[in-house]
Amino acid sequence: MTLVIDKLVKEYQRGRPVLKGIDLTIDGAGLTAIIGPSGTGKSTLIRCINRLVEPSSGRISLDGTELTTLSGSELRRARRSIGMVFQEYNLVERLTVMENLLTGRLGYVGALRAWRRRFPPEDIARAFELLQIVGLAEHADRRADALSGGQRQRVAIARALMQQPTLLLADEPTSSLDPKTSVEIMTLLRDQGRARSIPVLVNMHDVNLARRYADRIIGMSGGHVVFDGVGNELDDGKLGGIYGGESWLEDAD
Amino acid sequence: MTASATPPAAPDRAAADRAAAALGGAAATRPFRTSNSARLVGVAILCYAVYAATQLDFSWDRFQAGLVHGGRFLSRMFPPNFERWPILLQGLIESLQMAVLASALGIALSLPLGVLGARNLMPPWVTEPVRLLVSLCRALHPVIVAILFVKAVGFGALAGILALAVASVGFVGKLFTEAIEEISMKQVEAVRASGASFMNVIGFGVVPQVLGRFVGFATYQLDSNLRNSTMVGIVGAGGIGGTLFSAFQRFDYDFVLAILISIIAIIMFGEVLARLVRSVYIDGRGLGR
Repeated sequence: MTLVIDKLVKEYQRGRPVLKGIDLTIDGAGLTAIIGPSGTGKSTLIRCINRLVEPSSGRISLDGTELTTLSGSELRRARRSIGMVFQEYNLVERLTVMENLLTGRLGYVGALRAWRRRFPPEDIARAFELLQIVGLAEHADRRADALSGGQRQRVAIARALMQQPTLLLADEPTSSLDPKTSVEIMTLLRDQGRARSIPVLVNMHDVNLARRYADRIIGMSGGHVVFDGVGNELDDGKLGGIYGGESWLEDAD
Repeated sequence: MTASATPPAAPDRAAADRAAAALGGAAATRPFRTSNSARLVGVAILCYAVYAATQLDFSWDRFQAGLVHGGRFLSRMFPPNFERWPILLQGLIESLQMAVLASALGIALSLPLGVLGARNLMPPWVTEPVRLLVSLCRALHPVIVAILFVKAVGFGALAGILALAVASVGFVGKLFTEAIEEISMKQVEAVRASGASFMNVIGFGVVPQVLGRFVGFATYQLDSNLRNSTMVGIVGAGGIGGTLFSAFQRFDYDFVLAILISIIAIIMFGEVLARLVRSVYIDGRGLGR
């Protein structure tokens, strides 16, 4: 699996780019953490990959498929192989845990079958298996809004894994969670990425967590990549380059 | 306001008062603002009400004359006469059927229109025409729509059903759209990110968030259609209203009272029915099983 991002630019308002030409190659399995101050475009970068945000210019290719020009059913097909985990879990609150997991198969199951909850048996078997893995086996028919934050994020990870993704994206997956739960969620993301040998791309705030879990750390500041290396190389000087100075004042929207 | 050119430089009270006076009135020294224009409007409304009352013969003498008439009318209503109950029952059943069919048709049409009118799901070139259509359905009173349908498709229940269905689209369609516009887009975004088709995004990202409110609106509309179905008959669009109207015209006031009592009973029955539907879908675990 290879993800190549080439001169990616995103501006929400004309002349005020949030991403100012990002070049990045993610090759093979491993957890890559993207750190950087708020408003620097980490979330925008992640969302450009599965086109929840439309890039303004530049290219993103996944295993040779150019993603930025896809539309309609081609885009949906590409999205099927990209799992995503969100900061606020984004579960469908009024559906059960099982239904939320099966949401991960909606790219494969037609509306008529899905609406009547006629999912293929292998999907349901996989859902139970994943619930076992994330430790929520006994919660299958509870409603998502009855779960705690950590439980919800585990459901969200299981939902993303239901897609059998070739790339897993996570947008600040631990920012709404307490430190202990954050560690559990990061462990789950790393281990599942390894078990499936897929790359995991995680936005995060917590530098220590990034050092602890990431095989590679990318530091962003002011819409640029300013650091790209392993945790050991991320000394105070480098951190100053990412968070320090006045860079946090730019693109504060 | 030319006074702004000379701001009060001195901090003392007298200077401040002078400045306030220069700023066009004693607003700064009076605790409440009194508005002459508001008083003037009040007087004008009162004058117009008096004028309208004289124009329409809305007087005490007229009211007293009316009371005598009303007393005679009431005395002729009692006791209610249920002798012609087969006609009554037939009308009631027709009204009930009209209300149920019109609700089903109206709600079925409102579901897609509600989605198409939602600005958070659809581009403006879709939402705006749909919203216009729905507000057109709401613009005319159901009785006027019923007259139009009687002229178009002839007397009878069909005209009434169509008229009530149009009214249902007008109200329920708008309420559906508003409910959809209030949903959390985060849940929709997550479903979309899985590569789901549009219909699956609707089915899993949107419907679960609005189903409870939809059921509430639909039962409310059933209730409302039942009420209106007893009325459109007056213009020949089927239901108990026609029976009521002809009883009035033949001065069968005791039969009129019998019809009115039956209508009240059926409306109350409708409320029980609506509550039943609500308790099954909303209070119960109607979702996802």
